[in-house]
Amino acid sequence: MSVLSARDLRVWYGTSRGPVRAVDGISLEINAGETLGLVGESGCGKSTLGRSILGLLPRGAVIDGELLYDGQNLTELSQRDFRRLRGPEIGLIFQEPMTRLNPLMRISDHFKETLEAHESSLTDEEIRRRSLDALGGMGIPPTRFRQYPHEFSGGMRQRIMIALTLVLRPKLLIADEPTTALDVLVEAQILQILGDLKKNADTALLLITHNLGIVAESCERVAVMYAGQIVEEGAARTVFSQPAHPYTSELLRSIISLKTTELHYIPGAPPDLADPPNACRFHPRCPYAMQVCTAKDPIEVRAETGQRVLCWLHGPEEEIPPGGKAPLEREAIAVAEEA
Amino acid sequence: MSTNGAGAPLVSVEHLKVYFPIRSGIVLDRHVGDIKAVDNVSFDVYRGETLGLVGESGCGKSTVGRAILRLYDPTEGRIVFDGQDITELKESQMRPLRRRMQMIFQDPFASLNPRHSVGRIIGDPLRAHGLAKRGDLSKRVRELLQVVGLPPDAGSRFPHEFSGGQRQRIGLARSLALNPDFIVADEPVSALDVSIQAQIINLLERLQGEFDLTYLFIAHDLAVVRHISDRIAVMYLGSIVEISPAEELYENPLHPYTIALLSAVPIPDPEVEAKRETILLAGDLPSPANPPHACRFHTRCPYIQPTRCTTEVPALRKLSDGHVVACHWAEEIKAGRLRPKEREAVAEQPLLQPAEEPPPV
Repeated sequence: MSVLSARDLRVWYGTSRGPVRAVDGISLEINAGETLGLVGESGCGKSTLGRSILGLLPRGAVIDGELLYDGQNLTELSQRDFRRLRGPEIGLIFQEPMTRLNPLMRISDHFKETLEAHESSLTDEEIRRRSLDALGGMGIPPTRFRQYPHEFSGGMRQRIMIALTLVLRPKLLIADEPTTALDVLVEAQILQILGDLKKNADTALLLITHNLGIVAESCERVAVMYAGQIVEEGAARTVFSQPAHPYTSELLRSIISLKTTELHYIPGAPPDLADPPNACRFHPRCPYAMQVCTAKDPIEVRAETGQRVLCWLHGPEEEIPPGGKAPLEREAIAVAEEA
Repeated sequence: MSTNGAGAPLVSVEHLKVYFPIRSGIVLDRHVGDIKAVDNVSFDVYRGETLGLVGESGCGKSTVGRAILRLYDPTEGRIVFDGQDITELKESQMRPLRRRMQMIFQDPFASLNPRHSVGRIIGDPLRAHGLAKRGDLSKRVRELLQVVGLPPDAGSRFPHEFSGGQRQRIGLARSLALNPDFIVADEPVSALDVSIQAQIINLLERLQGEFDLTYLFIAHDLAVVRHISDRIAVMYLGSIVEISPAEELYENPLHPYTIALLSAVPIPDPEVEAKRETILLAGDLPSPANPPHACRFHTRCPYIQPTRCTTEVPALRKLSDGHVVACHWAEEIKAGRLRPKEREAVAEQPLLQPAEEPPPV
């Protein structure tokens, strides 16, 4: 059962250079109890997508399309209604644990404020019990309940942030680069906690990250974003073993991991979303680009391996004009144009 | 390029200590303790090699890099550059040497002055050292731009017109301007996108060959370090726990900290991930103001033994050619006679007095 579903969602930012199409026609579903990984490079619109679900878009952003949560279309929700939703229904874990806690407030006060804002009927004793339970689940002992944020390390602060989100028992959790500022050892801890969460509560998790290793470790399904669009979406195992979109396979080859034997990179740099390339947005960097890729927007199809993919290599054949499959003639991308 | 142990070292660090004082009080300004960022670190960097320096944030790896360039003054110990002890040199005596040692920074967005043209950014070191006059200067800037793979006309543009990877190239051109021998690269690719990291690593490797450079490559990402380093040093809480040739370290890590660190790196393949076992370390990094006595890793070590670990400081010992480890039990671990154990999180020592059971809020 899907907790959240997006249909043709668009979020554009108005700038002096014209609209920046950060999210440009995305359809996506997240099911109860599932972890969906959303991966992409910086500036591909993945954080914008996360923020649109929480109603946290900056002024100047225009949202269009459908974003269904529990029967309501979030794109039409007022800020007041969003306030009721944020926290008890949809929780958010931010990227930088170091700056998200108020340095002047004790940990206990953070919990008190959060719980009082959303569940005003709770007594002090209940607030205390709920908070300590949530902290205990993250391995923070009760002795530290009255301490201040600066007395904790980065990993502990991120665990406190997670506890602070979970204390309201949300149905959907959005984690925007939850481990990016942390070291590998702490990262492993946090990922384990997020994994346990899934087992114990029926919380759905949208994990936004640029790190494909993390996705491989903790997600069942993965959506790959490039320049405001989801170019491929499917079961994590399939996407990693048989990527359908050239961007996914090139990205997978580019990761420098302990298993890589040769270095590989994608020539060029991610596009400027105020002025994206015509038709397929990946064609200037794509090693398999064809004539049709510069002429017509790709149509979403199912690859033979089962994932949704936005690429002409997978058809549909009848839409490709005659001669469209000829390889794209172009001068080799000069080193100078590389990132 | 394998220069393990061959030739004289270009840089030698001997028993380096860098302490940052903790002060308290406004009027009295008492010295109440020290953050022991680097505590007795020794290693050599040989000519033409790349030494990788890895560790978690706060382990002191950047401080080591900066101390070698004398951007921080060492509290104790010696830094020898090309046979010359530079620990006590005055700023004026350091200046000619600064030409020979340069730095590349992590953040390509913060390390270039946004109000200066690229040409000025790259030309400034030349001007500061009086190495080029006007005409020569612009010629040299063009050359440098070409070397790092940027168009020669980039000199008249400004940093904001370039992407992250291109800016990192500009930073590289700036550090190459003075024809250095030694470059400290502090996390040069960690701010870059996955799809372009390899570009910069390839470039660093090409330049090393062309200009005979020696690198100290500081990073937290073990996978990246593996691809560029000839040898790797692993740091934990201000000390070096293991130094080894790169391949050897990954195939045969001996220090429990290195083993845990390697096991924690996620691998982008769900099939592998499903089988992989991560050694989770108990607790958090202790405070460098009050590091654990004896072996600093004993509070979190999954291989801890009842003897020695808590009583004796382990020295760096040579186990095989070029592979040194600071662990009392390295032989046992190597032979597979010791297995990691699950450990309960040891309550870490708080910096302040521990609070009693909290009163009801």
